[in-house]
Order: sequence, then structure tokens, then C-alpha cells
Amino acid sequence: MQAEFLFFLSGGLLLGFISGANYMGNIFGTAVGTKMLSFRSAAIICSVFIIFGAVIGGGGTSATIGKLGMISTMSGAFVATVAAFAAIFIITRTGIPVSSTGAIVGGIIGWNLFTGRAVDFSVFTQIILSWIASPFISCIFAMVLMLAVRKFLHKVSVPILYQDTFVRIALILTGAFAAYSLGANNIGNIVGVFIPSLHITSPEFFGFLYLSPEGELFLLGGIAIAFGIFMYSHKVVNTIGRGIYELSPISAWVVVMAHSLVMFLFASQSLHSFLVSHGLPAIPLVPISSSEAVIGAVIGIALLKKGRGLQTRPLGRIAVGWLVCPVFAIVISYALMCLLSIKVEA
Amino acid sequence: MFSGKVVLFQRTRELNAKITEFLNNISESSLLFSQACNNYMENGINEDFNSLLNKVSVLEARNDQLRRNIEAQLYEHTLIPESRADVLQLLEGTDKIINLFESRLYQLSIEKIYIYDNLKPLYSELVESAIRAVEALVRSVRAFFTNPTEVNHHLHKVMFFEKQGDMNSTKLKRMIFDNENDELSHKIQLRMLCDDIDSIADISEDVADSLSIFAIKRDS
Repeated sequence: MQAEFLFFLSGGLLLGFISGANYMGNIFGTAVGTKMLSFRSAAIICSVFIIFGAVIGGGGTSATIGKLGMISTMSGAFVATVAAFAAIFIITRTGIPVSSTGAIVGGIIGWNLFTGRAVDFSVFTQIILSWIASPFISCIFAMVLMLAVRKFLHKVSVPILYQDTFVRIALILTGAFAAYSLGANNIGNIVGVFIPSLHITSPEFFGFLYLSPEGELFLLGGIAIAFGIFMYSHKVVNTIGRGIYELSPISAWVVVMAHSLVMFLFASQSLHSFLVSHGLPAIPLVPISSSEAVIGAVIGIALLKKGRGLQTRPLGRIAVGWLVCPVFAIVISYALMCLLSIKVEA
Repeated sequence: MFSGKVVLFQRTRELNAKITEFLNNISESSLLFSQACNNYMENGINEDFNSLLNKVSVLEARNDQLRRNIEAQLYEHTLIPESRADVLQLLEGTDKIINLFESRLYQLSIEKIYIYDNLKPLYSELVESAIRAVEALVRSVRAFFTNPTEVNHHLHKVMFFEKQGDMNSTKLKRMIFDNENDELSHKIQLRMLCDDIDSIADISEDVADSLSIFAIKRDS
């Protein structure tokens, strides 16, 4: 692998690193915050399954992100990812949670504006509609799941101590599924922009394992996320999940489950092919915001209690973050391109 | 797979067994308390009374040990983090009851209170309402750990027996102070014994009130 390639890829790896903290917070924040799982166990499960999800199922959403701007040079992809990283880094410092999906889309659009290339409007619309739909879908999933769990617990009375053990097991299994789905869905944000300009050969691991060039890219992105999880997420994990609504361990599980189902819906190539082959409307393979899915699910739980205890002020800040982050990334990306005056190949 | 399952639930089973033993001890000590009080009223202080008092003391010491052990286990292994504080409050509340059984029996043993024959049936009724309140409470606490929807089926009985205890206590105090031939110091001693026995049902009611809130929290 060339040094030049690695240098340009470092933008994506930085983005992966900073996103890792948020991903861990979204998946295991409530479980670690409610002391149902230790940080170490949660970080190991999260890292391993995000890497699996990225390498095994990352193709679909990465192709969508690649199509959005069709950034044909490594340097362009570098600028888009660095702009996304900078937008996340700066906005996170103000205490407003942001979405890596919004940031990378902003970074790509900034590049498009500078180079005068048209944004693929159909892909752009697909992404925006998915962002709007995903929190609503997550909210509905959470409400249905919570009602089902409540009904189950009323019918089958599980002693409190055994219930505690079952919830821990469920949080681990669902967290692993959530990490897999998140890896598959969001790896496109981290390294998807590099795919159109990818010209590397497939290396051989341990003499028998081969990875495609994309697979290799996804593996590196997954490892960057894992580094972010271990080195950067400790603080995020302990504060997330309590800001807008107080969750019990069972409702925390429902939130993680609803979130992972939504991430899976928008990432699964098999599900996409299945729906298409049966003539059904297919769910677009789009990287959606993990934070949006989590917040949609938390609101679903709160709505079941008629919204009692729901903190609306942080919700407003979060909504502002979702809107500001892509705009900020567009500005940074455009400014970086102007500054570096990168010549884009036609 | 099987050994994994065993290890996974071993800690839960151990803790469950300790909580069951803790509650069994309270239930058993309430029966011993009733026997000891009736024995005292019939025969005063004798070998049987002392033996019953010793049994209650042994159970009280064992429950203190169990309670500390359960508390340590809950915190060391971060079990039921959401309900841990409620469970500890519940165990500490119910543990007070067994302490009351022991201290009331020591009170009889030390003060050797003379009880007039006409007051004995009312004292017996007072003891009966107190231990029935405790038994209903123990059943509700067991339900909290096993099936929270059943907690309320027993809780209302605690309130019922506490009220009955209050009525018996008032009646008893009137009879004590209506006796013109007794000295005031003895009357006060009898009134204090009456209040002390009645306080067992009062404490049970306090724990029951907290328990009803814990059950609502668990159910929501």
C-alpha cells in the first residue's frame, strides 16, 4: 500500500476515530451509564462487531456515498473527510451532538461546489428523506418493542434478579447486533468517498484470507473506529442517554434494539435484494445517523409515558446540531479546497 | 454450554437463596415472638421463654449477617443497578422488624412487667395483629422479588392489621388507665409495652408504603 494513499486516507481514519466515541455512546451509552455493563466489555464487543459489520456488510451504503459526489481523486476525498472531521470536532466542543453522516455529506457537497460538479440529486434526495424517516421509524420500532416487552413481562413474571441477568445478556447480544449494523451502515461515511478513486491491489492475510480493495478499506476504517472507541469514548459513554430522558435498563435495551433494526434496514444488501426480487419497494442503502435513530427511539419510549420527563431543551440543541453540522462541513470543505487550490482531474 | 449456563446464573441463585433465607427468618421470628409473648402471659419468665428469646436473638444475628452480605454482593457485582437502592431500603426496613421482636422480648425479660389477667386477652390480640401485619409484609416483599404484580394483593392486609392493632392499642390503654387501684408508674409501664408492641405493625406499614412505590417503579 502506497504511503501517498495512506496519507490521504488519514482524513477518513481521523473521521473514524472521532466517530468511534459517538458510536460507542449510541450503542452502549445507556448500558454502561446504568452500570449494566463495564466500559471495557462494552468497548471490546462494540469494536469487534463494528469491524465485522464494516468488512462484511459495508458495501451498500459506501456505494451510495461514493455516488453522491463521485470524488475522483484521493486528495478530494481527503479534503471531504478532513472537513467532516473538523466540523464534528469543532461542534462537539460546544457540547452539541452531531452526526458523522451529516458531516461527510456536507464535506462532499463542499467539494462539489468548489469543483463545479453537480451533486447527484436523486442520491441527495434519497439521503435527506432517509434522514427524516429514520428517527420516525426508530420511534415506532421502540414503541412497538416496549409495548411487547411490557406485555411479556406482565404475562411471564420473571423474578427481579433473573430479569437483571436476562437484561444484561440481551444488552450484550443486541449491542453486538447494533455494532454490526452500525459498522455496515456507517462505514460508508468514513471511507466511502475513497472508493471511486481506489487503485490498490488486494493483500493476502495469513496466507489464506483475501480481502477486496474495498474490504481492505473497510477494515482500516473499522480499526480507526475501534481506536476511537477505546481512546475517546469513555466520557461520552458516561454522559449519553441521560440528557433527554431517564432510561431503565429494559428501556435502554429497547432503544438499542430499535436503533440497530433501523441501521440494519438501511444497510442490509440481502434485505434490499430480497425486496427488489419480490417487487416490493426497496429501502435505500443509505448511511443514516446513529444518533438520530437513538434519539427517535428514546422519544418513542417517552411518548408511551405521555412525554413525562422528556427534556425538550436538549432536543432543540440536537436538532440545531443536525442542521448546522452539514452546513459547517460544506463551508470547511470549500474553504480547504480554496486554500489548498487542489486541481481536480476532470 | 451447560457449565456456562450454571456460571451465568450461579450468582443470581446464591443471592436469591440469601434473600429467601432472610425473609424466612423474619417470618419464623414472628411466630417465635408470638409464642414467647403468650408464654410470658401464661407463665412469666421461664426456661421456655428464655429459649424462645435465644432463638429470636440467633435469627436476628443471622439476618444482620445476611443483610450485610446481600448489600455487599449487590454493590460488588453491580447487580440490579436500577432497583438496588430500593432493595437495600426494603431489606433494612424489614430487618428493623426482627430487631423489634428481639428488643420487646428483652424488655419483658428485664422489666418483668406484671400484666393483669383482664388485660391479657387484649395484649394477645395486639401481638396477633402485629405478627399478622408482619406476615402480610413478608409475603409482599417475597412477591416483589418474584412477581411484582402480586405485591398489592398482600399490601392492603398490612394496612388492615395495622389499623386493627391501633384499635386494640387504644382499647387496651383505656383499660389500663381506667384502673383506679393501679399505680401511675405501673400504668405507664403497661402503656409503654402496649405502644412498643403496636410499633411493630406501624414499622411494617412504613415498609409497606415504601414497597408499594418500589412496585410501581418496577412495573412502569
